[in-house]
Amino acid sequence: MKTVYGWLLLTPAALLLAGFTHYPAVATLWDSLFSTGTVVRPSRFVGLGNYASLADDPIFWQVLGNNFWFAVGTIPTSMAIAMLMAIWVNDRLPARALARMAYFTPTVLPMIAVANLWLFFYTPQIGLLDQIGTLFGLASHNWLGDPHTALACTMAMVVWKEAGFFMIFYLAALQSLAPELEEAAKMEGASRWYFFRRVTFPLLMPTTLFVLVNATINSFKLVDHLFILTKGGPDNASSLLLYYIYQVAFSFFDTSYASTLTVVLLVLLAGLAVVQFQLVERRVHYR
Amino acid sequence: MKRLFAVLLAAAFCAAAPARADTTLTFYYPIAVGGPLTKVIDGYARDFEKEHPGIKVNPIYAGNYDDARIKALAALKAGQPAQISVLYSIDLYELLEQDVIMPWDDVAATAEEKAWLKAFYPSLMMNGIYKGKVYGIPFQRSTIVMYWNKDAFKEAGLDPEKAPANWNEMAQMAAKLVKKDAAGNVTRWGVMVPSTGYPYWMFQAFARQNGHDLMNKDGNHTNYAHPDVIAALQYWRDLGAKHKVMPQGTVEWGTLRQEFTEGKTAMMWHTTGNLTAVKTTAKFPFGVAMLPASKQRGSPTGGGNFYLFKKTTPEERKASLAFVKWMTTPERAADWSIATGYVAVRPEAYETPKLKDYAAGFPQAVVARDQFRYATAELATFQTGRVRKLLDDAIQSALTGQKTPAEALKAAQAEADKLLKAYR
Amino acid sequence: MSAAGRRTPTLETAAAWLLALLWLSPLLYAFWAAFHPAEYATRLQLLAPLSVDNFARAWTYAPFPRHFVNTVMLVTMVLAAQLVLCTLAGYAFARFDFAGRDIAFGLVLVQLLIMPEVLIVENYRIMSRLGLVDTILGIGLPYMASAFGIFLLRQTFKTVPRELEDAARVEGCNFIGVLWRVYVPLARPTYLAYGLVSVSYHWNNFLWPLIVTNSVHTRPLTVGLAIFGAPESGVDWGVISAGTLMAVSPLLVAFLLFQRQFMQSFMQAGIK
Repeated sequence: MKTVYGWLLLTPAALLLAGFTHYPAVATLWDSLFSTGTVVRPSRFVGLGNYASLADDPIFWQVLGNNFWFAVGTIPTSMAIAMLMAIWVNDRLPARALARMAYFTPTVLPMIAVANLWLFFYTPQIGLLDQIGTLFGLASHNWLGDPHTALACTMAMVVWKEAGFFMIFYLAALQSLAPELEEAAKMEGASRWYFFRRVTFPLLMPTTLFVLVNATINSFKLVDHLFILTKGGPDNASSLLLYYIYQVAFSFFDTSYASTLTVVLLVLLAGLAVVQFQLVERRVHYR
Repeated sequence: MKRLFAVLLAAAFCAAAPARADTTLTFYYPIAVGGPLTKVIDGYARDFEKEHPGIKVNPIYAGNYDDARIKALAALKAGQPAQISVLYSIDLYELLEQDVIMPWDDVAATAEEKAWLKAFYPSLMMNGIYKGKVYGIPFQRSTIVMYWNKDAFKEAGLDPEKAPANWNEMAQMAAKLVKKDAAGNVTRWGVMVPSTGYPYWMFQAFARQNGHDLMNKDGNHTNYAHPDVIAALQYWRDLGAKHKVMPQGTVEWGTLRQEFTEGKTAMMWHTTGNLTAVKTTAKFPFGVAMLPASKQRGSPTGGGNFYLFKKTTPEERKASLAFVKWMTTPERAADWSIATGYVAVRPEAYETPKLKDYAAGFPQAVVARDQFRYATAELATFQTGRVRKLLDDAIQSALTGQKTPAEALKAAQAEADKLLKAYR
Repeated sequence: MSAAGRRTPTLETAAAWLLALLWLSPLLYAFWAAFHPAEYATRLQLLAPLSVDNFARAWTYAPFPRHFVNTVMLVTMVLAAQLVLCTLAGYAFARFDFAGRDIAFGLVLVQLLIMPEVLIVENYRIMSRLGLVDTILGIGLPYMASAFGIFLLRQTFKTVPRELEDAARVEGCNFIGVLWRVYVPLARPTYLAYGLVSVSYHWNNFLWPLIVTNSVHTRPLTVGLAIFGAPESGVDWGVISAGTLMAVSPLLVAFLLFQRQFMQSFMQAGIK
């Protein structure tokens, strides 16, 4: 009886989840084994043909590399800044409510809206960064038009967006720490840095892992800013996998190749899930 | 119960029988230049409805050209109605491959209608004709022109009324126009050509000026690796790398107009569609000229055409023809040109009093038209999105110094051949 | 609960404030560009004249009221559906021991990792077949069964003491009655927290709405802004900033007024 009720309660949610998560994931895999059909040339089974094209596609490898550097660049940075923000806001910082609001504001703004403003920051000569640079006698730089700096510029924007969001989780964790720990450390003459390194940081580990999972997922998901800032350029220097999938599917209408790319993305996400699951199992020693 | 059923049946019958056959035309259009132009289009639709009772027009603003194409095709696939649309002139092959459009020739029955098909500038028709039939009627079309800052010219000791006429002059004059501050940093560039947004379009101009088009008429062959084409890309690169009159790396399409009006560059290549915007924001006298020549003058055309979709009834097709003819009368073409800065699509428009007066007071407005005789079709082939991106990436990699022009273009040509082989 | 009696050292204070200023700078620039005429968009001169011309122009360029209505309808629809579906599912996982429960829960958690945005190609095809392209329902449907919501509510429901449930049963409630009278009221903080997170997320969502919507009738604010801000003639920062401010102001004002609640919500969500 309980089983019936249990499944009954679950059914609406289960249907939607199956319909928009599980089924599409499998269908994407299936679709990647066929060629894209147009009215003039119908679709046909090509087995691993699309994957062969994938391996041959220099843009794919470029994009994969970009995602890697993007993750490496944004995840530790945003986490470190978030931790710093949380500590500052948790202390008796003057005007800390204001600071806290400032740090968290990017979270409530849509990325696509702010991208135009960041475009102004990065515009050569008349943009903000270059205007400040001129004050110091520096030459103007083509921030978004230089393949060496384009990706880094998009990373800066993403760190800005994410750090405040992660700060909240660290703040919650800090506030649940027992104050006696700090008082005891002070009485024993421990420096703030020592206290942070040996006590706070390890106790924040569960939060850090949670934030890490979030940040990693987001690094695959956040592509909105590319639509305005660089459109993936110059020459795919700032393109990311999900953005490339969008281009292939909705600009080139090559849905099978897009499905193939999506399979790669799914495999990456699944792999990360496994790795992080292992990590969490081992390191978290509460609950 | 039976009574209710009968009443319902009767009501349904009445609703189904066309009392006043109101044909509805839905069309997607992009606005590629800023401004409250959706209001202008809506105004046109209302005016047309007044003059043609029985036809309703429903314009849907879709964003930029890419958005409009994606949206129109998506709507058709999803079974939503759309009879005509203004889409990129170069979407022709994609639309043919999806088998969604039909030629206007098939609907133009009377002699007057057939004559109307021939009333447009020939260079504007190039992108719309496939195998001798007209699929695209020009509506909002542009070419690239060169804008120059007359004050900057005077300052540099150049004649402010004379724009460079060829590549050598442009490089030399630009070198005189570069201004540096005490620390040696550039505060004003000589010339800027945008290489994001639509790099292939700008490059077509260079290639054409050096004597070559980038694709054939049947849309299944590209010409990226011809020595003259490579030389054209080399010239573009040299402007930044060798002559140092242009910034290195890619130049952003979206912010270039601002940089020109802020005096950060003395000359810029940009679409005529920017004319009205530059006119209202530039605080200095500026000139508009045809692009400089190398072996010849040249510029690609750009912009949107009206396409007619296949999934339409005969009434809808007649209504569409009436609407598009109405939208492209000389008076309306003149009106649209003044409102947007796009070129008026037919010669007769320039003979209307309105446009004659406007051109007399603002001669910059007719430069683009005068350039038509040197104009070429915009880059369009089958698999156009991919084929264009190959060229865009090649251009950007050459301008940022990642590859030499020869390497970049040869690689792009090889890839394009692979894609287009299936269509030959 | 901050460290008793210890002020942050001056250098750190300065650094923290500098960071805060840095973090606010895009928004500050938006205010600057929106309230000054176009030629001052790039010239940051303090005594430049103010103007609201940009707002007037932005208002005519894009149908903001329509986009606003669409967005409100979208987030309301999604939240309402999420509250119902996730409550039912969370309750099932928390209090019912049924065959296949753990596997089902595992499958649910998959959505935490593989969100609808990742599966755009296939989901678009499904929407096409269901005839839901260019509808607000089409935007919201993939999100209505939220793994995050189910997870949160399961955790919350698990903490409800069994005695309360037993007491309700003694009074004659069936399992739905127990849910409605005991569990739901006790989970109010969680609902509030989740609600704020969900509204924030869907107000600012871009990629999937971009793909699913074709026309003004369904486009939310984010997509409207993107289209509005990307003309061929280039960027006009004054007008774009004005448009951006108009689009983000509801959420921003709500945030400023209810700061504590916003942050508490996200914190709560995180702890669980």
